[in-house]
Amino acid sequence: MESVKLAIRNALRHRLRTGLTVLGLIVAILAFGLLQTVVDAWYAGAESASNTRLITRNAISLVFPLPITYRDKIRRVPGVTAVSLANWFGGVYISEKNFFPQFAVDPTTYFKLYPEYLVPEEQMKSFLRDRKGAIVGRKLADAYGFKVGDVVPLRGTIYPGTWSFVVRGIYDGAEKGTDTSQFFFHWDYLNETVKRTAPRRADNTGICIVQIAAPELAAEVAGDIDREFKNSLAETLTETEKAFQLGFVAMTEALVIAIRIVSFLVIFIILAVMANTMAMTARERTSEYATLKALGFGPGFLSRLIFGESLAIALAGGMAGIALTFPVADAFAQRMGTLFPVFNVSRETIWMQMVAALVVGCAAAIVPAVRASRVRIAEGLRAIG
Amino acid sequence: MRAGAEERPVVEIRNLAKSYRRGDQVVQVLRDINMDIPAGDFVALMGPSGSGKSTLLNLIAGIDTPDSGELRVDGTDIGGLSEADLAAWRAAHVGFIFQFYNLIPVLTALENVELPLLLTGLSRAERREHAEAALAMVGLSDRLEHYPSELSGGQQQRVAIARAIITDPTLLVADEPTGDLDRASAKEVLDLMDRLNDELGKTIIMVTHDPHSAERAHHLKHLEKGVLAD
Repeated sequence: MESVKLAIRNALRHRLRTGLTVLGLIVAILAFGLLQTVVDAWYAGAESASNTRLITRNAISLVFPLPITYRDKIRRVPGVTAVSLANWFGGVYISEKNFFPQFAVDPTTYFKLYPEYLVPEEQMKSFLRDRKGAIVGRKLADAYGFKVGDVVPLRGTIYPGTWSFVVRGIYDGAEKGTDTSQFFFHWDYLNETVKRTAPRRADNTGICIVQIAAPELAAEVAGDIDREFKNSLAETLTETEKAFQLGFVAMTEALVIAIRIVSFLVIFIILAVMANTMAMTARERTSEYATLKALGFGPGFLSRLIFGESLAIALAGGMAGIALTFPVADAFAQRMGTLFPVFNVSRETIWMQMVAALVVGCAAAIVPAVRASRVRIAEGLRAIG
Repeated sequence: MRAGAEERPVVEIRNLAKSYRRGDQVVQVLRDINMDIPAGDFVALMGPSGSGKSTLLNLIAGIDTPDSGELRVDGTDIGGLSEADLAAWRAAHVGFIFQFYNLIPVLTALENVELPLLLTGLSRAERREHAEAALAMVGLSDRLEHYPSELSGGQQQRVAIARAIITDPTLLVADEPTGDLDRASAKEVLDLMDRLNDELGKTIIMVTHDPHSAERAHHLKHLEKGVLAD
């Protein structure tokens, strides 16, 4: 019969109260984990960025294109090993709510720069042969039921008209964090059509993707590229892929900060609930603490009992909350469709949930433990539980 | 009342005083108490409510400290001990019997009795053996795994007595041990206390309002307004 055993039995003394507190903890830890995962999802693009890829875009704004001729000039910059291009398409699939990213890419170079997009060889060959072909990510295919051979119509918003694509391949991610919610098609198909409908917009690209020989060359190569186009009609801004992705996150940073604050508020609220539970519990047991002190037990033993009970409750709620985070996150991700391309519960989130549960358990026990250890025996024995 | 106890005092009290502060007022609870209790004695402290008998018992048991005077128990000046030393001293020298038993509700009878032994170096098996023997002595061998809520008041008080004697203390202090019991249960508890005094030579100090209970003691001490009356 040790203090841990007694602490656990104490925790189970008022089963309804303990059950409700554990339930509150489950909800709080689960909500905390989900909100942290939403924040992680925001940064997923930046986290999965390669440190040997640079992005070159128009220095004025991303909405202004770069001439396609820049590709060859960039290719000649020392330290550059490959260049590809990608152009945001912004089409609508059936209705606006079906959002997913679509890019016109140079098919021969793009997938070599993104080895994390795994396309079966036969499907890649089929895609290269068909100028109206498209390659879609696994998550996107699952969300909309796309299969190889399906025709996917997109209504252009930036590039007006109805565009038809044939799914020629489905790519998987090499890693769990790889974005598989994208839709790629031939830049040539876009360019040829634009040449007919809006010739002044032809032969442009949104961005150039630049592969460099080594990560440490990033700053030097980026500077060289931008100097190359200094004082041209379209000056460039070259940055690492991670910095480019973080630029998008920065546009919505206030929202991310708000989500983070809410996630910590949830923990603070459950801490207040838990502290109240422990305070009530300790107050009811004043007479028992006085008895234990009379028998010769010191403040350390009483503190262990209270901390043990509080931690037992917090860990029960915390563990259940963590366990539930995975299925709930999966369900949430499915419900959100392709809004969050990557929605994985990270190891860091699990650690943070565990730490949050421990902090709640410890913090809630501090005041009751101090009070219990200060109970005057004669007065405590008169207390009514 | 019976006489007969060893003459060496186990409790020596000289000029003891104790007061409490209630708001701005200082209430003198005990003043100029002088008393010796020989080893093996059975003393009943009586007096009206507020006379200071429970306070005196608390001081002798080391759960409160005097303002002035000398208080020696088994040769130790307990008035001069620190809180931690006093806790260790209580664990070794005092067995407590409370009016409302004060058992831990989530522990079985055996575990409640075993509780004070957690402060000793005994192994789990030794603790269990001692606790079973103590419960056998109070006639509860068949209630080892019962929780307090599954026992009658008299049985709970007998468990409390087993817990009080488990460490073989110098002194047993009992604060209204029969105050919450019916007549039959009270008699069982008092018989048991008699046995502990007669057969094991335990020194017992009991606070009581009940004259029938007080009759079991060898000596009566009356307190009136914080002063020993006899």
